[in-house]
Amino acid sequence: MSSDVILSIKDLKVNYGGIEAVKGISFDVRQGEIVTLIGANGAGKSSTLRAIAGIVKAASGSVEYAGDVITGKSPSAIVQRGITMAPEGRKIFPDLTVEENLKIGAYTRSDDLTADLAWVYELFPRLKERSWQAGGTLSGGEQQMLAVGRALMAKPKVMMLDEPSLGLAPLIVKNIFEIIKTINENGVTVLLVEQNANMALKVAHRAYVLETGRITKSGTGSELLADEAIKEAYLGKQK
Amino acid sequence: MSGFLEANLPYILAGISVGGQYALIAIGYTMVYGILRLINFAHGDVFMVAGLVMVYTSASMPMVLAIPVVILATVILGFAIERVAYMPLRSAPRMSVMISAIGVSYLLQNCALYFTGGLPKVYPEIPLLSNSVTIFGATTKVVTLITPVITLVLVIALVTFINKTKLGMAMRAVSKDFETSQLMGIRINNVISATFMIGCFLAAIGSLLYFSNYTSVIPTSGGMPGLKAFVAAVFGGIGSIPGAVIGAFVIGICENIIKGMGLTTFSDAFTFVLLIVILLVKPTGIFGEKATDKV
Repeated sequence: MSSDVILSIKDLKVNYGGIEAVKGISFDVRQGEIVTLIGANGAGKSSTLRAIAGIVKAASGSVEYAGDVITGKSPSAIVQRGITMAPEGRKIFPDLTVEENLKIGAYTRSDDLTADLAWVYELFPRLKERSWQAGGTLSGGEQQMLAVGRALMAKPKVMMLDEPSLGLAPLIVKNIFEIIKTINENGVTVLLVEQNANMALKVAHRAYVLETGRITKSGTGSELLADEAIKEAYLGKQK
Repeated sequence: MSGFLEANLPYILAGISVGGQYALIAIGYTMVYGILRLINFAHGDVFMVAGLVMVYTSASMPMVLAIPVVILATVILGFAIERVAYMPLRSAPRMSVMISAIGVSYLLQNCALYFTGGLPKVYPEIPLLSNSVTIFGATTKVVTLITPVITLVLVIALVTFINKTKLGMAMRAVSKDFETSQLMGIRINNVISATFMIGCFLAAIGSLLYFSNYTSVIPTSGGMPGLKAFVAAVFGGIGSIPGAVIGAFVIGICENIIKGMGLTTFSDAFTFVLLIVILLVKPTGIFGEKATDKV
């Protein structure tokens, strides 16, 4: 089991302005999986991803990637090793064109981008139609596609997605989750953070439930989908 | 109309020239503001230091060597100021960085005072630039004619650099969003350093052109041109490069026409009246972004 673990988080703690947002969590992501962290607002999901990406420093604990400890490495070193992230709220560069937004995703690379651009445009034909438009003029759904496409441009081994469904119409959410599956089938390991537990559990191989900074449950996506307590808390089922 | 033009041609030429020199300084203000949201109060003093370095280098080496040394020294100074005085304050409130900038400004002026002993240092004659030339019956220095050309070439080169290169793209990204830029693998400190170095490179060129029109450099020589370039940047919409350039030419030309009307006393006042008017009427300047959270 341990041999194919690509990302291993051990007793990670993250502080935010004196508040312990993540209180010592441990979990593994295996090569080729879609793993999701679900939980309510403020459970510490985003903080976990930001700590893995190196944007915030972990207060203690470690992140191991492909056998190396990457805790404390710079965000650019982490991108170079193959972990990218599509942040919460999409964070498209509004003044850059769609194509520039994609190219900047490949900032750490110096090789030819033609094939990767073509792949992203194949996944998201809408982006190709709009490649010369400024990123800020896209709709929310298109911006999310662009954020995912941008995260792919660095040729990641692990792609982290923070709330890709946030504020999007159900049909677009469905579309984006299908593409996440396609990306995963192309060999990219996915670590997905979601409040939309229903969608996330359907695509995920495995899932962890985060409550106020701690992991309270874990299992396969279908196990958690069937779990009564999860249904009640996150899936909106009546008692 | 032609009478007005004839009478004022020398002033208009001088105005275009001074405008170009202000533009080269103003770009440094506007680029640094664009990326750090910082008014770099030390920028005018960097410009003054470039002038002093020219005084000392031209005394000890041939001009062809002195000019590149001045440019290099100014660029290194800009890099060093950013690393020492601004980078450690990256996550501090914006006001702290601004106070640090004011500190650097006084530090540079006082260092200059120490090295020059407070005496005006005679600025060297740069061959070619300082030669006289007669155009349409108006006699002027070559630098007056060459400044707008150099300015436009540099501005076009800069805009192309920012729009077409990878580093330029990173600058545009970093100026919008530090954190997402980091997620892209951009080392934001390197991009910020590059911004300061470009600003100081242009200020060094501006200083070579500007001081060629004057006889000497004193420790406060950076004050007035720095302030006017700052007003130009605000007028054009701080953060916008074309805005700063247009603002600089407007200020340079108006200032000199006022001088031509015999109102030299009021030529500086014009700049600051313009600042007040623009802040009252259109605080974001002609090309400014509509953000509301500015200092």
